[in-house]
Amino acid sequence: RYSSFSRRQELDTLTKVHNPLIGTKTHPSRCPDNSAFKQQKLPAWKPQLTPATVLPSFFLTGAFCLAMGVCLILSANSVREIQFDYSDKCSDCSKLRENSSNWNKECHCSVNFTLKEDILGDVFMYYGLQNFYQNHRRYVISRSDAQLLGRNVNKSYCAPFTTYHNGTPMAPCGAIANSMFNDTIDLFYNLNSSAIQVPVLKTGNSWWTDKNVKFRNPKSYNLSSAFAGTARPPYWHKPVYLLDKEDERNNGYVNEDLIIWMRVSAFATFRNLYRRVKRIRQFADGLPAGNYTFRISYNFPVTKFKGRKHVILSTVAWSGGSNPFLGIAYVVSGTAATLTGFVITAIHLKLRKKKTFFQK
Amino acid sequence: VFQRTEFHLLQIKNQFMCAGEENWVDSRTVYVGHREPPPGTEAYIPQRFPDNRIVSSKYTFWNFVPKNLFEQFRRIANFYFLIIFLVQLIIDTPTSPVTSGLPLLFVITVTAIKQGYEDWLRHKADNAMNQCPVHFIQHGKLVRKQSRKLRVGDIVMVKEDETFPCDLIFLSSSRGDGTCFVTTASLDGESSHKTYYAVQDTKAFHNEQEIDALHATIECEQPQPDLYNYCFTKKSHNTNCLIPGVAIYTGMETKMALNYQAKSQKRSAVENKALINTVLKYVWQSEPFRDEPWYNQKTEPERKRNLFLRAFTDFLAFMVLFNYIIPVSMYVTVEMQKFLGSYFLTWDEEMFDEDTGEGPLVNTSDLNEELGQIEYVFTDKTGTLTENNMEFVECCIEGHVYVPHVICNGQILHDCTEDLFFRALCLCHTVQVKDDDSVDGLKKNQLSRRSCIYISSSPDEVALVEGIQRLGYTYLRLKDNFMEILNRENNIEKFELLEVLSFDSVRRRMSVIVRSSTGDIFLFCKGADSSIFPRVKEGKIDQIRSRVERNAVEGLRTLCVAYKKLTAEEYSNAQKLLQNAKLALQDREKKLAEVYEKIERDFILLGATAVEDRLQEKAADTIEALQKAGIKVWVLTGDKMETAAATCYACKLFRRNTQILELTTKKIEEQSLHDVLFDLSKTVLRHNGSLTRDTFSGLSTDMQDYGLIIDGAALSLIMKPRQDGSSGNYRELFLEICRNCSAVLCCRMAPLQKAQIVKLIKLSKEHPITLAIGDGANDVSMILEAHVGIGIIGKEGRQAARNSDYAIPKFKHLKKMLLVHGHFYYVRISELVQYFFYKNVCFIFPQFLYQFFCGFSQQTLYDTAYLTLYNISFTSLPILLYGLMEQHVSADTLKREPSLYRDVAKNALLRWRAFIYWTFLGVFDAVVFFFGAYFLFDNTIMFGNWTFGTLVFTVLVFTVTLKLALDTHYWTWINHFMIWGSLVFYIIFSLLWGGIIWPFLNYQRMYYVFMQMLSSGPAWLGIILLITVSLLPDVLKKVLCRQLWPTATERIQVKYFFIVVSFFVSEVSNN
Repeated sequence: RYSSFSRRQELDTLTKVHNPLIGTKTHPSRCPDNSAFKQQKLPAWKPQLTPATVLPSFFLTGAFCLAMGVCLILSANSVREIQFDYSDKCSDCSKLRENSSNWNKECHCSVNFTLKEDILGDVFMYYGLQNFYQNHRRYVISRSDAQLLGRNVNKSYCAPFTTYHNGTPMAPCGAIANSMFNDTIDLFYNLNSSAIQVPVLKTGNSWWTDKNVKFRNPKSYNLSSAFAGTARPPYWHKPVYLLDKEDERNNGYVNEDLIIWMRVSAFATFRNLYRRVKRIRQFADGLPAGNYTFRISYNFPVTKFKGRKHVILSTVAWSGGSNPFLGIAYVVSGTAATLTGFVITAIHLKLRKKKTFFQK
Repeated sequence: VFQRTEFHLLQIKNQFMCAGEENWVDSRTVYVGHREPPPGTEAYIPQRFPDNRIVSSKYTFWNFVPKNLFEQFRRIANFYFLIIFLVQLIIDTPTSPVTSGLPLLFVITVTAIKQGYEDWLRHKADNAMNQCPVHFIQHGKLVRKQSRKLRVGDIVMVKEDETFPCDLIFLSSSRGDGTCFVTTASLDGESSHKTYYAVQDTKAFHNEQEIDALHATIECEQPQPDLYNYCFTKKSHNTNCLIPGVAIYTGMETKMALNYQAKSQKRSAVENKALINTVLKYVWQSEPFRDEPWYNQKTEPERKRNLFLRAFTDFLAFMVLFNYIIPVSMYVTVEMQKFLGSYFLTWDEEMFDEDTGEGPLVNTSDLNEELGQIEYVFTDKTGTLTENNMEFVECCIEGHVYVPHVICNGQILHDCTEDLFFRALCLCHTVQVKDDDSVDGLKKNQLSRRSCIYISSSPDEVALVEGIQRLGYTYLRLKDNFMEILNRENNIEKFELLEVLSFDSVRRRMSVIVRSSTGDIFLFCKGADSSIFPRVKEGKIDQIRSRVERNAVEGLRTLCVAYKKLTAEEYSNAQKLLQNAKLALQDREKKLAEVYEKIERDFILLGATAVEDRLQEKAADTIEALQKAGIKVWVLTGDKMETAAATCYACKLFRRNTQILELTTKKIEEQSLHDVLFDLSKTVLRHNGSLTRDTFSGLSTDMQDYGLIIDGAALSLIMKPRQDGSSGNYRELFLEICRNCSAVLCCRMAPLQKAQIVKLIKLSKEHPITLAIGDGANDVSMILEAHVGIGIIGKEGRQAARNSDYAIPKFKHLKKMLLVHGHFYYVRISELVQYFFYKNVCFIFPQFLYQFFCGFSQQTLYDTAYLTLYNISFTSLPILLYGLMEQHVSADTLKREPSLYRDVAKNALLRWRAFIYWTFLGVFDAVVFFFGAYFLFDNTIMFGNWTFGTLVFTVLVFTVTLKLALDTHYWTWINHFMIWGSLVFYIIFSLLWGGIIWPFLNYQRMYYVFMQMLSSGPAWLGIILLITVSLLPDVLKKVLCRQLWPTATERIQVKYFFIVVSFFVSEVSNN
């Protein structure tokens, strides 16, 4: 109980001796400061959510959303997109890949399709995966950004793909890098029974900052020496410095296929940019109508986790891809806002009539 | 001339808070001057007493960190977060320990700094006190040392105007008569001087050597925390110092109940979510291709781990993920809001009283919002409703009425009763005389008949003595135990003061026994009529009684005066009894009371006095406003019924058309209590059926309102449990009656009864929030009992103010305190609490939804930095500022329209409906954020999961901040600065956070994510759309509710808004 004393004045059990002849007590004036802040009287704007103020904003929002929605829908409709599920098209390959001991057996398959119309503009080639949980936490954290920056790291967060049993570190380490998408997809244009390979761009597909800042090869006179003392991840066919033999600046950690793969997706169904059609010769305006073939080197097993693989050709518009969601959402909310505006107006008018009626 | 007064005092007991643990014997023996008794007399057990160091500080430099941490983690919330933090450290969880550690550290640090600062102030004050020099006598010499070095048994010398370093026994003084004057201002604020007398045996010692030669032992009680009981000799009443601590504690209890009612539900929501997710996770994982696909293998230890252990770890991990819904920062925000918010109360100019130079005091800020929830106000009458500025109006002697200024004209009858009456009033009091000059003053008084200044703890007494002076009898002084009075013939009469039977509120009377110069011994008694009349055996009782009653009806305070003559034998008996009782070490109070009862009887009635106590300014206005605000005002007073009722009419508690119901002893004597109660309830309830309550206009005029008058005796009958066991019966009936009365007056209340009635209402089935306001020591019990206790910094000392939660200078300030500050505080805190909940639902629910898409793997949606800073910096300041500044209507309007208080009555803003609405809004917004972003990402933007999280988070921060902006009705530049500032801060932070490869981080996942998101058109369009969609329902709800079911507050808002608008329109059109 004694410890409950806390305040000073409670403790002052001291009594003051006062000479009655002189004792005069003066009150210390603690007259408060009368600043506007302390008196809670700062000048203020006091908005009111009355119908009069809110109605215009409802109608304005509605109009804006409707207009925006229409534009977005139109824009999304102008986007051409074709998608092929090739996970079952090459049934032999998918069976072959189910057994991991066949990893070094090659397996090719072709997907034919016909374009009835030209696809004009920039054409992008994507690969898509379904049911592949790139956003699983165990997977997401299994990477080493420091290693990909070209630094020598002792501690890494790549479990369970950090080192081999003999202690050789994997480069790049981690589950994400290890499971990199390794199908090769080539597009052929069948013109007069001769197949022309559609020229594609491997670079310029990733974020500039990723390519130039976030991913760096270790410094050395050449790439293979830079990666000396490391080994390829177990599921890879070739070491990291052989990812792109033709282009030194797209090899090693700065290989754009790797960079794109390393940005893990938000959901289990996702697509990643694979190639862009190079606009030269007959492809200067895009893809002309005609027969095409995807020649796919089938390496990536998906049947084991009941996944699907797609290859997608698409153009883009200012509003993004072919996804109509944004446009529809804008139209819906615009309509909702406008309707609400009308409802509020109706209630407002009715109430006012009632009020005047009562006043009479 | 005494220019220097010296006192020799003996330290008897020091700092009682550290004393008393050692040996709990009933009494302690102190050897004066540390001289041990001669050997052989008795076995000498040296008692060990602590030193005189004052320790009010809680911590020392060394133990601050551990002790403060221990104190803080004793709080359940902090402990919970500590556990979460430890879980994060031990097991592998989705978020880094930083995300919960940093906010916890922040909260702990802020609290520790606050407490440390307070303790530092206490240390400083302690040091100043402990090091102040004290003179004490050692080996016959005067020695100076620091106060903290004093030991029990030291002899201390205190000079004039010095402060006592400890509790002392008064041995002798430099004044010849062995007296000293002491103020107890630092104890109870009473600045009046009290005279103390030296112990008779030592009074003669005058110099150090004499004192030093003293051999004495002192027996006294062990120190007790309750100072009321601790009286060693006939010393003063000391203040009970424990009470404020208790008051703080009750304060803590009540506030918790109001604010955090939703808290436990939140916690169980977290647990439920975690459990659901864990179960779902294992169901989902039951197919092996999902549990461990080839691309996402487990490590060896993970594979080997026991299933149940894994499940438990997962459960904990989910808990960690969802615990943000009860943000640790909420507690610190609420505390800061209360602490800082209370400053607005103390700063309020309108509540500052120029006369006394006092402003409102806040002793605890925990109850701020309760001020907006008051349903019952219990007020004291004297000093609270009235000025406590007494003026002697008249006296009635044997039925003849004397009015002071009339008598000055010399029209007085002379008879012996009259002389006796005046002498009785001159002698029967405890007034002290404070004269300008003790030598000249006497002559001056004789010549001019001008009074010197009288000082007393009771203003009634001063008024009486001053009034009597105008009637010709002047009390001069008390010297050497002789009271000197100057009679009409300018002769000095001397009476020897034999005994003072001091006043107490139970007996309600006081007596003195004096011996006149002729040797007759008189006992004069003065007291309330109820305590005098039963003890009177002769005198003109009926005439005086009727006069007393007449005066009481006029609202005057009446006192009756009686006397009896004692024979020498009777006196010696009485003296013996008194002496025995006074020297009793145990139950002294009780024994004294018994003795008083024996002595004070068989009086001869002399007459009665009437003193007027004027109403405080604006008391009526305040009461009217409180009643309009739907607050029931009860007046609890010790006064007579008639006096109190008159005051109640004067302050408009009762109006002309109020039907008064009486529940008094007189009525109960006529009928049985049972019948009276049933009759009353019938009367009240009959009208209740036809009663239509218009909440807007307050008390409508045609409504019959009732006023109940009850007295202490009747109350104790009602409160007394009945023999047949159905004790609650009368209470319920009584409460039912009270509930239907607009005003209740309880008169003749003992202090404890006041507390009892507060408790009765407090614990009744609606659990109303009660407020008690009073100014005197007799109100302390009621102030402590009520939810909110308010003290008036008044004339009767500071005890009430000190024991209260809030103290105000005048009763009228209660109006602004409740109607304006209380209303604001309540509106602010309720928004704060619910908004905190809302913004964390918005924050965490997407995270919950995300689990369904990431295989229940506890993957977080937001980056660590966002998780950590969301509640600390992105969204914390605007709401804190709202909690400090919001004014939904202006303060003037609140004051002008008391009925607005009803809008927030009965916790209106924190009820289930509001809670459900906020939850719905939070869940709706969270769904909009998450699925909006989900569909936006669907097949369109090839950005990763962190971009997705950042997009959701950006929408989230903007939405919750703009939602607060929508709720803000009072936009000062500070609000603009905080709201827009925190949004800008978020953007700048995100740019910075994503703009650099941070060398100390082992991941760079946020690198350029924010910029890349902003460089994409669809992301912008999506963000704008999602913010709009999330805010629309709230705007819609606001507009519709305003149109269809406007609250009084909103009507007023609109009204004044239109007044302002039409004013501007007319201005414009005129131009």
